[in-house]
Amino acid sequence: MDHREKSDRRLLLWFFAVATAVKLLLIPSSRSTDFEVHRNWLAITNSLPLTKWYFDETSQWTLDYPPFFAYFERFLSIFARLVDPRIVDLQSGLDYNAESVIYFQRISVIVSDLCLLYGVYRLTRKLEPLKRNLICALVIWSPGLLIVDHIHFQYNGFLLGWLLLSISFLQEGRDLLGGFLFAVLLCFKHLFAVTAPVYFVYLLRHYCWSGLVTGFRRLVTIGAVVVAVFAAAYGPFIYHGQIQQVISRMFPFGRGLCHAYWAPNFWVFYIILDKGLAVLLRKLGYEIQIPSASFTGGLVGDSSPFAVLPQITPLTTFAMVLLAISPCLIKAWKKPHSGLVARWVAYAYTCGFLFGWHVHEKASLHFTIPLAIVAVQSLEDAKHYFLVSIVSCYSLYPLLYEPQEYPIKVLLLLLHSVVMWLGFAAQYTDYKAQKKETSEIKSKFRIGCFEKSYLMGLIIVEIVSQFLHPYFLGDKLPFLPLMLISTYCTVGIMYSWIWQLRKILT
Amino acid sequence: MPKKKPAKHSGEDDITIPVSPQTGSSIDTWWWLTHKGTTTSFLCISLFALLIRSAVTMYPYSGAGIPPKFGDFEAQRHWMEITTNLPVIDWYRNGTYNDLTYWGLDYPPLTAYQSYIHGIFLRFFNPESVALLSSRGHESYLGKLLMRWTVLSSDAFIFFPAALFFVLVYHRNRTRGGKSEVAWHIAMILLNPCLILIDHGHFQYNCISLGLTVGAIAAVLCESEVLTCVLFSLALSHKQMSAYFAPAFFSHLLGKCLRRKSPILSVIKLGIAVIVTFVIFWWPYVHSLDDFLMVLSRLAPFERGIYEDYVANFWCTTSILIKWKNLFTTQSLKSISLAATILASLPSMVQQILSPSNEGFLYGLLNSSMAFYLFSFQVHEKSILMPFLSATLLALKLPDHFSHLTYYALFSMFPLLCRDKLLIPYLTLSFLFTVIYHSPGNHHAIQKTDVSFFSFKNFPGYVFLLRTHFFISVVLHVLYLTIKPPQKYPFLFEALIMILCFSYFIMFAFYTNYTQWTLSSHFGSSDKEKKQI
Repeated sequence: MDHREKSDRRLLLWFFAVATAVKLLLIPSSRSTDFEVHRNWLAITNSLPLTKWYFDETSQWTLDYPPFFAYFERFLSIFARLVDPRIVDLQSGLDYNAESVIYFQRISVIVSDLCLLYGVYRLTRKLEPLKRNLICALVIWSPGLLIVDHIHFQYNGFLLGWLLLSISFLQEGRDLLGGFLFAVLLCFKHLFAVTAPVYFVYLLRHYCWSGLVTGFRRLVTIGAVVVAVFAAAYGPFIYHGQIQQVISRMFPFGRGLCHAYWAPNFWVFYIILDKGLAVLLRKLGYEIQIPSASFTGGLVGDSSPFAVLPQITPLTTFAMVLLAISPCLIKAWKKPHSGLVARWVAYAYTCGFLFGWHVHEKASLHFTIPLAIVAVQSLEDAKHYFLVSIVSCYSLYPLLYEPQEYPIKVLLLLLHSVVMWLGFAAQYTDYKAQKKETSEIKSKFRIGCFEKSYLMGLIIVEIVSQFLHPYFLGDKLPFLPLMLISTYCTVGIMYSWIWQLRKILT
Repeated sequence: MPKKKPAKHSGEDDITIPVSPQTGSSIDTWWWLTHKGTTTSFLCISLFALLIRSAVTMYPYSGAGIPPKFGDFEAQRHWMEITTNLPVIDWYRNGTYNDLTYWGLDYPPLTAYQSYIHGIFLRFFNPESVALLSSRGHESYLGKLLMRWTVLSSDAFIFFPAALFFVLVYHRNRTRGGKSEVAWHIAMILLNPCLILIDHGHFQYNCISLGLTVGAIAAVLCESEVLTCVLFSLALSHKQMSAYFAPAFFSHLLGKCLRRKSPILSVIKLGIAVIVTFVIFWWPYVHSLDDFLMVLSRLAPFERGIYEDYVANFWCTTSILIKWKNLFTTQSLKSISLAATILASLPSMVQQILSPSNEGFLYGLLNSSMAFYLFSFQVHEKSILMPFLSATLLALKLPDHFSHLTYYALFSMFPLLCRDKLLIPYLTLSFLFTVIYHSPGNHHAIQKTDVSFFSFKNFPGYVFLLRTHFFISVVLHVLYLTIKPPQKYPFLFEALIMILCFSYFIMFAFYTNYTQWTLSSHFGSSDKEKKQI
């Protein structure tokens, strides 16, 4: 037993080592503005006292993550100052892009991925080898994470590591620790709160619902734990009377319904429907007011101007997300099984992605990573994951618009698809056919015609938006390729949502 | 094996996990990636290898931003400029539009044709990058990118198919249980860190000539000798450095011909294949003796010294004690180095003529190219690519030595790569190679060699020697990066690195020559060996 466990850890480290080599080679790739955002946060947390962190506006990239992430940046800034003091200088550090800051920030993301590694380790250590290998390949080698974290630049691997850790404890039945870790995660990044209702219902039913006295004691215990975590995070700001400022920074509802790049979610359909109706009604003679800010201009509007359909407010999207999650909550209430937690969490994040306010396409990582855990549970889950992970990875392509990254993003997706196909085919080998001693091992893992056609469509969309559009239209209608990608990917994500919902209800 | 806890779930939930029945043979660690067969494994590893190459292309190249002459990148770009704008007869001729002192073409005609094809591609998408005269030193974002993509596509369309051809032929008798080893071998060939750093970092097209060479080697293994001659002639027509392998090809094919009913006829047939291939590809230059000699003189840069920079070979290393350039004229050194090279490759050639076998042939390639690297005229540090390629093909036969050779081959190019600002890719690819080399679950069949003086494992202090070598190399890495050498000896560290690498290479050469000759102990059983491979 000891020998097996040792070799398992070694294999996991091997996966991580290969991924680390790729990440190091990606250091000089094109960075997004998030790179400067995080550099500025290093400067804020290092140069200013805590009381000024959420007020500073020296740079446009103000601190808008919860306090634990600010503490994390503060921790990193200690090393940053040693590497190059200018990195953490509030004034001269603005838009600083020397090699020192590039290497420091890139390597900090790579090192923080150890959190993801530990999360995967805890989730997979009791699984059979094939499943463990698959989850390792899907999560640690996730092309989405490589694109968003190690090219674009963010710390999603670090944050998702906390989520996976929490899920692993819930799956083991250690609910208190799972709840604690989730609370910590919320204090790192509040956008993970979408699945909080699931956690609440599950913990209430699975952890607290056992006898009056015991239940009440447990309720008090877990409540105390959560309050303690939030107190540790927000306490200093409450003490200094700044909690209002912190909250306004964290929830900038002044931003529009959609981000500059449309995330492939429900609102894409809504916008297009509104545009279609406006054109149709105008042709029929109706007088339709044209909104001043247009979604197709690619600008981040300060409102959600619709010509025909009702205006959408943050409250509307909140209600829709809650409504979409509700079947899951009912299920969690009726049958709170620990083995289903990962599926419920992934579903909740899918709902948040589809119906949430101002969703970034990067948020698809929140459900594709947990879905990797679910993917090894059944043949149907594997087929579903194959499609949704390809679609969500493809929807990230617009983030990398520089030509030098083009071969990299294409190869990442192709490699991911091949590894998934090989892994799932191996997991669901058709042993009946194998007994006949056919030279090739046959597999039950086959993609249906509908799904196959849809995936082929992605290739057509890519050819049209990357090659045909520039060739025929030049610089005209620059938003059209983005719209095409978003619309087509939305079909895939909606399909995934419906599939997940049906799976949860059965 | 601990018992698994039964999954707690009601019958209504659809969480049935299919239990795979236990097969007779144990499933190895990598079965889940290799079960579809060699070609699919190759596809998977190819995609990963291309990904690594694409990432390396984002780092600087040789001579980036360094006027007036820049580096190899500018040389290649310049050749595209010349070949797309001038008639073929002028490509090697000094003239108004072709100043041979500015990166004049000094590779054989196939490289010129390759430059022409790639030049057309560049001209279509970015005309100013190959405009006559005005494009010198062109380093636009798009221009650099297109250049990088020509190397990537050359690798993908020539080296990779050749490697697949080799793997399919070399491992065609493998049982299903050996798929992990095959996949490991594919990874060793495609993730060759030296080739990646020189082609996709520094900037060259070695993947073409090496790909053609690998194709020729595969043709030998499947006994398509005419194809062998054609492909190897093409390799020679792309880079004259491919001649490093010529003695092995010659002696192996000659040895096999001599064993046939009509040896003379066999030799003539192969000779014709070689001549026809050369005539076809050198066609524009075979009409006139002057033209032919013009090209030939460009290929043999004898006005340069016996070695270039600090290369870990015999002449450079011993020049610390013996100043060859002062003792002999360049003309004499040419003869001396030629004689030394022939002598060094002779044992290997003789073995293959006497007792040709596929495995012996692979060792012959390694010994021949190493002999050229150590003793021939005008060797560059990048020439280590030749013996190193042979070693990757033999990776399963000499696993321990292969990892050491990789380390020192990389180390011998360390100063060059540092000058190119490729330190991070150098360290990362070394790390990646080590990680993949030590993939869990792969137990390479350690070849059981006879106990002998040359069997390193029985050499007194073998382990101590290797560890001392390694320790010194780590120290030299750190010194090179952190300390400036004394003014009196500005190239002290380069010299030390060279000595260390040379000492390993010479030991390696002795070992592999000895190993090749041990194959002959089974005289007359070459047929048996052929079937085993």
